[in-house]
Amino acid sequence: MDIKQYLDMFIEESKEHLQACNEQLLALENNPDDLAIVNEIFRAAHTLKGMSATMGYEDIADLTHKMENVLDAIRNAKISVTTEILDVVFEAADDLELMVLDIEAGGDGKKDISKLVDMLNRIEVGQPLDLVEGSTAATTEEAPIEVVASADIYYDEFELTVISQSSEQGFNALEITIQLREDCLLKVARVFMTFEVLEKSGEVIKTVPTVEKLENEEFDQNFTIVLLTHEDAEELKAKVMKVSEIENVHITHITDDYVEKYKQTELQKGDVQPEETPQQNVLSVKSEKPKETPKEASKMIKASSSTSNKTIRVNIDRLDILMNLFEELVIDRGRLQSIASELHNPELNESVERMTRVSSDLQNIILNMRMVPVETVFNRFPKMVRQLARDLNKKVNLEIIGAETELDRTVIDEIGDPLVHLIRNALDHGIENPEERMAKGKPEEGTVTLRAYHSGNHVFIELEDDGAGVNRERVIGKAIEKGIVTEEAAVVLSNKQVAELILASGFSTATSITDVSGRGVGLDVVKNTIESLGGHISIDSTEGKGSLFQVQLPLTLSIISVLLVELDQEIYAIPLSSIIETAIIQKSDILNAHNQPVIDFRGTIIPLVDLKEIFEMDNSATENDNFHSIVIVRKGESLAGLVVDSFIGQQEIVLKSLGNYLQSVFAISGATILGNGQVALIVDCNALIK
Amino acid sequence: MTNVSEVSEIKVIVFQLMNKEYAIELNVVESIEKSLSITRVPRMPSYVKGVLNLRGVVTPIVDLRERLDMEPKDFDESSCIIIVSHADSEVGLIVDDANDVMDVPTSVIGPQPEVVGSVESEFISGVAKVEQRLLVMLNLEKVLQPIKKVNADEF
Repeated sequence: MDIKQYLDMFIEESKEHLQACNEQLLALENNPDDLAIVNEIFRAAHTLKGMSATMGYEDIADLTHKMENVLDAIRNAKISVTTEILDVVFEAADDLELMVLDIEAGGDGKKDISKLVDMLNRIEVGQPLDLVEGSTAATTEEAPIEVVASADIYYDEFELTVISQSSEQGFNALEITIQLREDCLLKVARVFMTFEVLEKSGEVIKTVPTVEKLENEEFDQNFTIVLLTHEDAEELKAKVMKVSEIENVHITHITDDYVEKYKQTELQKGDVQPEETPQQNVLSVKSEKPKETPKEASKMIKASSSTSNKTIRVNIDRLDILMNLFEELVIDRGRLQSIASELHNPELNESVERMTRVSSDLQNIILNMRMVPVETVFNRFPKMVRQLARDLNKKVNLEIIGAETELDRTVIDEIGDPLVHLIRNALDHGIENPEERMAKGKPEEGTVTLRAYHSGNHVFIELEDDGAGVNRERVIGKAIEKGIVTEEAAVVLSNKQVAELILASGFSTATSITDVSGRGVGLDVVKNTIESLGGHISIDSTEGKGSLFQVQLPLTLSIISVLLVELDQEIYAIPLSSIIETAIIQKSDILNAHNQPVIDFRGTIIPLVDLKEIFEMDNSATENDNFHSIVIVRKGESLAGLVVDSFIGQQEIVLKSLGNYLQSVFAISGATILGNGQVALIVDCNALIK
Repeated sequence: MTNVSEVSEIKVIVFQLMNKEYAIELNVVESIEKSLSITRVPRMPSYVKGVLNLRGVVTPIVDLRERLDMEPKDFDESSCIIIVSHADSEVGLIVDDANDVMDVPTSVIGPQPEVVGSVESEFISGVAKVEQRLLVMLNLEKVLQPIKKVNADEF
């Protein structure tokens, strides 16, 4: 079997399981007594182990195995959760992630894990077994050779009834735990053979794990079958042992007494923790016939906690192809619209209109399909914050609000790094040391809130901290020193403008460079990335109270609304998202401020930018016109007027890249194809406004 | 005719620039287009003529004459655009004429002589002599070096 074809799936699923591990570990840290969480982690680790072993990644399998042992010990209350243990488990999860990433990058997923394995081993055995379950303590009569991991079997009422009824009719209810050999290759085959043997002798009413899981090889070396049979336990054991690659078989009788006792303990405990496993060996054989042995019993295992969504996994490539095809359609739609508007045929107009409506519905659906909750980015932050807070000796609580907010995948892919940077910045420079906070009368633990929400055609992501805020004097001092602002200009800056100075390139307020956020790149990288996504970042900060970083992002990057304008017989597109309004001004309205043409726009002086000049085009034809068409665009708070030849109209266009060859064109963010098949370039307003 | 099984050979497309014959490997050529309307891209080196819509893909167009520092010439009837795929994207090359597809035995491809016309030598990967014709093999890697950040100066 060629396992390479499963590699992608393996990597993806491993990441999911690791993510689940991390999330649950964090939850466990806050809630160390919740065994349900341990189970979740255990399950994730277990699946990961199975997958990696199948794929031949021994180190991952080893490490997960050890992790699993520790988790098993925790859930069996053999050891209790402490921060030290969690740290080691976290570290293990980190290493696993590294290994998976290595595999993704084409490596062999190998890593020196001996130290961690050692630590995990020590955790597992180093602690005295002081908290053994009450009922298992009684199982002293077990033969020493039959050392099997306790089969955690939970019976529901129905199964218990079946068991007690059948024993009235003379059937033995046997709990048969089969241990496969470590090196067993065809586990499913062995399970199948065991079933075949057992089903000849009686009726299987229950298996742990479930039949589905057994078939999918989602189990370790052990599985347990509950069998109703007339046959003797020893005989059965001998039969089962004939199946090859079976290490050991352990058989326990389930008697009426046991059932009664079990019911009672269940009642006492409620149904909360089904993992407790009272096991008792009592012999009692009666002989009668069963009325029925319902096979369905095995399916009535406790309802799984996870709700199954009706979803399918679709390769993102296919969605991209769908999107591309749809984009072609949008282009043709534009063409049809322009033809229809020329022909003035009512019937044609009607059907074109209808088609436009249908296709915009279709557009919404396709865009929605590509939407991914920001959760996929956010979910790695809790762990990062935890680690960072430890490194910095600060106490930080990260609150995430609106993780379900959806964004286009293209945006999601890009937004991760800037957010990491902002969070690092908030933790490093924003939140103060616990002592300092206490001194200021703030709670010792700092709070960082990460918030995402939709508003209009945009998604906002906000990062708020209750830290020190921006120190006006220090920022201005630094900005002047670095030549970002002049002293005169600094005086009139609003607090918001001062705060935003820290986004300027070449600015870094940290007095000492730490390895957390002081990497010499500064927040200007964040600003550039966000702006290249067609987004915008702003800062509100109150000294002593904290800061709010607000990132505004477009919902999607692939289809945008633009205003088409003409420049020297070429058509250019200006994104509507950055346009404030359009105007036609007289030549006499243009003023000059130090060689920079400006206009008075509703009381504000805004600079004029002649696009043709910028694009080095022939400007002679329109230079002496008395009227100029201008488009007022904005970038953040600053405005500018772009001078164009004429306006054409508004249109939905499909954003296309200029390809690898033209990697960076000044003030052009991309291209699109118009209804007539011509290419129009998209003006990047962000590059035009300083 | 040379026997294919004996001699290893490559298929090349032969085109003309300033009455000289040049060649690029056929397997990088996607198509050959006649005149299409090109949208200019501002502030590009003069040899980048612009972009055009090639079946839904925005394709940059390079005037090979100007790229190789030859005298520019307007697009005329025989001119055509060879679309090559290079580094995962497509680029169109304007040439005077594309007239032939040939099999060139690898054995006849030699290093370029010290001086070959006026062409800067870094763009040439070799010279092949086939029968009476001299084919200059272009080094697409060099010719199509991506155009990085041009200038964000006065702004």
